Amino acid sequence: MASATRPEGLGWLDERLGLSALREFAAHKTVPLHSATVWYYFGGITLFLFTIQVLTGVLLLLYYRPSPTEAYESVQFIMTRVQFGWLVRSIHSWSANLMILTAFIHMFSVVFLHSYRRPREITWLSGLVLLGLALGFGFSGYLLPWNKVSYFATKVGTDMAASVPVVGHQVARFLRGGADVGGATLTRFFGFHVAILPGLTTLLLVVHLGLVQRHGMSSPPWSEGKKLAQMRFFPNFFLRELMAWYAALAVLGSLAALFPWELGEKADPFAPAPAGIRPEWYFLAPFYTLKLIPSHVWQVEGELLGLMGFALLAAWWVLLPFWASNSKGDVRTRWVTGAGVALLAYLVTFSLLGYFR
Amino acid sequence: MTARKTGLLACLFLTLAPLATAKDSCTECHSNMDGTLKAPVTDYVNDIHARHGFSCADCHGGDRNADDPEAAMNPAKGFMGHIARTAVPALCAHCHSDAALMHRFKPQQRVDQLALYLTSVHGKRLATGDTAVANCVDCHSVHNIREVKDPQSPVYPLKLPETCARCHADAAHMAPYKIQTNQFAEYRASVHWEALSKRGDLSAPNCASCHGNHGAAPPQVASVAEVCGACHVLFEEMYNKSPHQPVFAAMGGGGCTVCHGNHGIRKPGIEMLAGGGAVCAPCHDAGSAGGAAAAQMAGLLTKLDTALTQSDAVLNRAHDSGMEVSEPILRQMEGRQAQVKALVAMHEFQVAAVAKPVQEGLAVAAATRRAGEKALQDRDSRRVGLALSLVTILVTMAGLWMAIRSLESKASAVPKPAGR
Repeated sequence: MASATRPEGLGWLDERLGLSALREFAAHKTVPLHSATVWYYFGGITLFLFTIQVLTGVLLLLYYRPSPTEAYESVQFIMTRVQFGWLVRSIHSWSANLMILTAFIHMFSVVFLHSYRRPREITWLSGLVLLGLALGFGFSGYLLPWNKVSYFATKVGTDMAASVPVVGHQVARFLRGGADVGGATLTRFFGFHVAILPGLTTLLLVVHLGLVQRHGMSSPPWSEGKKLAQMRFFPNFFLRELMAWYAALAVLGSLAALFPWELGEKADPFAPAPAGIRPEWYFLAPFYTLKLIPSHVWQVEGELLGLMGFALLAAWWVLLPFWASNSKGDVRTRWVTGAGVALLAYLVTFSLLGYFR
Repeated sequence: MTARKTGLLACLFLTLAPLATAKDSCTECHSNMDGTLKAPVTDYVNDIHARHGFSCADCHGGDRNADDPEAAMNPAKGFMGHIARTAVPALCAHCHSDAALMHRFKPQQRVDQLALYLTSVHGKRLATGDTAVANCVDCHSVHNIREVKDPQSPVYPLKLPETCARCHADAAHMAPYKIQTNQFAEYRASVHWEALSKRGDLSAPNCASCHGNHGAAPPQVASVAEVCGACHVLFEEMYNKSPHQPVFAAMGGGGCTVCHGNHGIRKPGIEMLAGGGAVCAPCHDAGSAGGAAAAQMAGLLTKLDTALTQSDAVLNRAHDSGMEVSEPILRQMEGRQAQVKALVAMHEFQVAAVAKPVQEGLAVAAATRRAGEKALQDRDSRRVGLALSLVTILVTMAGLWMAIRSLESKASAVPKPAGR
């Protein structure tokens, strides 16, 4: 009987994991080079920030206690007693915000480069769901320190959910775990934040990244028919992406060290809501829009009308790849670019108005 | 007022009160008149007595069922017309001193107003026939009497000082009594008025709190500390233990007022103990034992105040830098409580009594300051750490960039791989 040669080192792993196939894939993966190539980095930066979220989140879990009597004190303990606890908490909070910012930048770069078009519709949909999950992370995580601002912002947020017709009250009750924001809400939001949302996000992330690899990097429509220069993904693009991650890390570290995330005052459910209560910046645009809508418009409750408007806007945006093409399959690039500019202008303007007014 | 008239009025009241909603010829006629004859009817609409069903005849007598003015205002039916000022307290007391009657309308209402009034300076002078002194209607109004808790009542806590001042700030009115008229002006500059008017603390002292209301009289010298001590309990306790108490009492001094004044009590401070404005100075030379003790106590209190203020400043700087210092900030309150204790203990006028809470406060201030300074050191360490991290990151990025350049310069020598 012939004896097979026993492979050693990487060869041993290759035999078991099929690394050579991955190496082969990486060697042939390329990134198109054009004037907007720089926007390709934001997807990777968002992924990098998500990884930081996971790592710092796990560290926070070692000390955080999700109950109204202990949540605030445990975060205070993390910030004052745990070695580098302040840094971990501050990085977790800042990277959450930066991740949502880079996710939005990534989404708009996809819109303006028209990367959503056939056959990447499902990639677009999975990306939007991921953005929604990131907002869910933000909303659920905001309450966890159990401070005054987060408590009342959650009250306002869940009140909005309650004004949805038919199912609103049930949805609000489900979110709160009771009639009002309280201990049950905190436990529930903790569960969403550390179990349900991470599970869903991981699943969606695998789908999203898998589809990106499956379809490759999209070239903008104006380069169609032209032979674009290509950059090898590994190591050329990857090393550049690594530089971008380091740059993101520098920004993140600077923000965390120079502007540590404040803890504020402990929530007191019996105290009156503080003046000027407002949600995190990424919810400011809809929040300010709802503030501007009169209490009643043609017999319809203003808040309900606003929420219906947002629902229609969200549906229209989700379905973008499907209405962006005409019957011949040509992409209506001007329409989509116009819609993207309009949405971006709305979000920026109303967020600024909501922040400063 | 004669006993016959008094009895008649009482009978009138008891028989007519339940018929409050019945005919009232007084109101019917006077509401059609002008000026001072109509004013009582207009005012009476909001009067507490009107709300409880009393009518003009219940005080003025007469027959309110009679349409004919002659019959309605017949003295034979008890009509008195204008009530003499000397008769007012007794007239009001017919009802207000009747516990059974008052119980029907307001069970908690006191019924000793007349008894108290008769002990007051006002009451005593009225009894001598001096009609210029205040009686019930001067403070409560005549036909527009409201409950004390009604903000429009002239005896509502916020309005009472002004009501007293109507007479007591009137130099012409006070001249025959040789009473000063600056009390209201002084009171309006006091901490008590500030608490009442600016902080809206209705329990803050007004004239009646110290002088009494119906039994209004100036507190006797010996009882001043008792009067102040009604609110400032601990201060009184300390003062009674102090060497000043027997001395001031023997001198016929006025206890608290010797140092703090009476109507124009200002916010007390350490400057009352030492320096040019020291209230101790008129009695104690700087070189005397008392002067030295005052200077020592002032020194201790100043030291504590300075230490706490400096800790506040350090903690605020740390907080503004984003450092988590809520625990020492909370602890700082213990230091401020010790400061209050020291200020209270000061009224015992014993250095040792002040030194104890001062030491407690200084210990707190030292601990909180250390916490604040440590937070600031941590902030600086973080910034150094950040600078080192940024340098490391920048060096790494530069290394990556050089690696990319090197990689691509080598690659440019060979053909590029084909595009997808």
